[in-house]
Amino acid sequence: MTDAALTGATPSQITQIQESYLVQVRRRRMYGGLTLGIFVLLMVSGFVVADNRNAGGFWAGWHQIFDFPADVLSEAWEKRANLPALMVDFFPALLETINIAAASTLIGAMMGLVLALLSTRGLAKWPRLIPVFRRIMDIMRAVPEIVIALVLIFILGGGPVPAMIAIAFHTAGALGKLYSEVAENADLKAVEGLSSTGATWSQRMWLGVLPQVAPNFLSYTLLRFEINIRASAILGFVGAGGIGAELRNAMSWGPGRFDEAAAIFILLFGTIVFFDQLSSRYRTKMIKGQ
Amino acid sequence: MLDVQMLTKRFGDKTAVENVSFNIDRSMMIGVIGRSGAGKSTLLRALNCLSDVTSGSITFEGQEITGLKGAARRNWQSRCAMIFQQFNLVPRMDVVSNVLHGTLNRRSTLATMFNLYPDSDIHKAIEILDRLGIAEQAEKRAEALSGGQQQRVAIARALMQDPQIILADEPIASLDPMNAQIVMQALRRIHEEDGRMVIANLHTLDTARRYCDRVIGMRDGRVVFDGTPEQLTTGAARDIYGAGADFSEAATSTEIETLDRSQTYAAETYA
Repeated sequence: MTDAALTGATPSQITQIQESYLVQVRRRRMYGGLTLGIFVLLMVSGFVVADNRNAGGFWAGWHQIFDFPADVLSEAWEKRANLPALMVDFFPALLETINIAAASTLIGAMMGLVLALLSTRGLAKWPRLIPVFRRIMDIMRAVPEIVIALVLIFILGGGPVPAMIAIAFHTAGALGKLYSEVAENADLKAVEGLSSTGATWSQRMWLGVLPQVAPNFLSYTLLRFEINIRASAILGFVGAGGIGAELRNAMSWGPGRFDEAAAIFILLFGTIVFFDQLSSRYRTKMIKGQ
Repeated sequence: MLDVQMLTKRFGDKTAVENVSFNIDRSMMIGVIGRSGAGKSTLLRALNCLSDVTSGSITFEGQEITGLKGAARRNWQSRCAMIFQQFNLVPRMDVVSNVLHGTLNRRSTLATMFNLYPDSDIHKAIEILDRLGIAEQAEKRAEALSGGQQQRVAIARALMQDPQIILADEPIASLDPMNAQIVMQALRRIHEEDGRMVIANLHTLDTARRYCDRVIGMRDGRVVFDGTPEQLTTGAARDIYGAGADFSEAATSTEIETLDRSQTYAAETYA
């Protein structure tokens, strides 16, 4: 019945508690201070080392950072009359980029779903193979999209298909991990109920687990779609087509075609903002209940 | 001291609190009763400025509370501490740190981030914990404590704010009868010894009767009863809860003694 007693400890005990807590606080503060000191030291020394090995040097070059954007902006401003027409011209390329992102998100999400269910404790069809599927997903995440895309472009030739495969591969690994973390928290009672009726593993997963986790899965998938739009634009730089290829052409041409570069930047920026708004609206809707 | 005039709060087209007015002229312990959804919590949250009101005014010692913004609003919040049904502590931090959170309004963000509370505050926090009988738990994580202990940590945090008003939103609704009694006694003691005003939402009549100097009854967002515990007859209670003749206080009671007293209550009810 110590819980019930409102009478406190004796004064000497209180002093003792205060002292021991103060000791603890001082130790915590010391550790905190030390960590902060080490952090600052590492940042400063690391910066000095990196700066010394740099070809250009940070202090000599940092004020030139804005030269390129200034060139682009000033030229684009001079030829601003061209911008609407250029944006219409590049719109098909933008669609190609979005298509790559959409197809790779869809395929990656399906692969990720299977991998996630196979590597979640309590749900996996073959519990012993969980580490195997986990490592497969690790590898899929570890290899950068651009490396896979370069290899595939070398084999298959340039175009949207290699980019789509490359992004889908990475997406499967990334979404698989996120899905699996969600599925881990799913309520297993429903699954048990279904297996009591003699359902197969796929039926149990499809009818018992998916309805519980669908909102979270969808929300992660939409987030990944946004990321994949950026990724597919970047892959255009290495020959995967779409708006990235046009951007590289315009930028590497140097002064003279900066109006094209500006038009593409505006298109890309607009697209990303658009899908960002769209998906965040749907995600909040789904998380806060239908 | 505290004057509430025509306070109204709407959520969309639903009115949670409608034209509530009351005046409290001296420090006392006030119980707000009513069934769930009657607007008790909304009223308390409005007093603490946790949510804005739709219309009406709240004045404390001549100062207008509604419409306060920024630092002035946070300063008011530090003067009227709040205690919640689910304790609302930071579960992974130790008990003393949770109590020290009561001083956040007076300290800079940077100092609190690095845990740089003055030693005098730490001493005071542990003294408050001792006053509530849980000094031994000082170094434990808040989540490791029982519900009754956690609620006392929450009261300690409120006391650390050195507030003029303590608002308690269903402080004992998640506790067993023994701990409920300890928490209510602690609140009563704080009122009597420190002279702080206590406004508590309660969902049992006998608690309100036993600990409060004044009872305000709410139904569907309006005040339907305002008086002393003695005036709170079974008939008045039926009116507050919108219950029929089968309404019995004993059925909802959290008091341990009620089991013995239920006979008397039954006699009253059928009289």
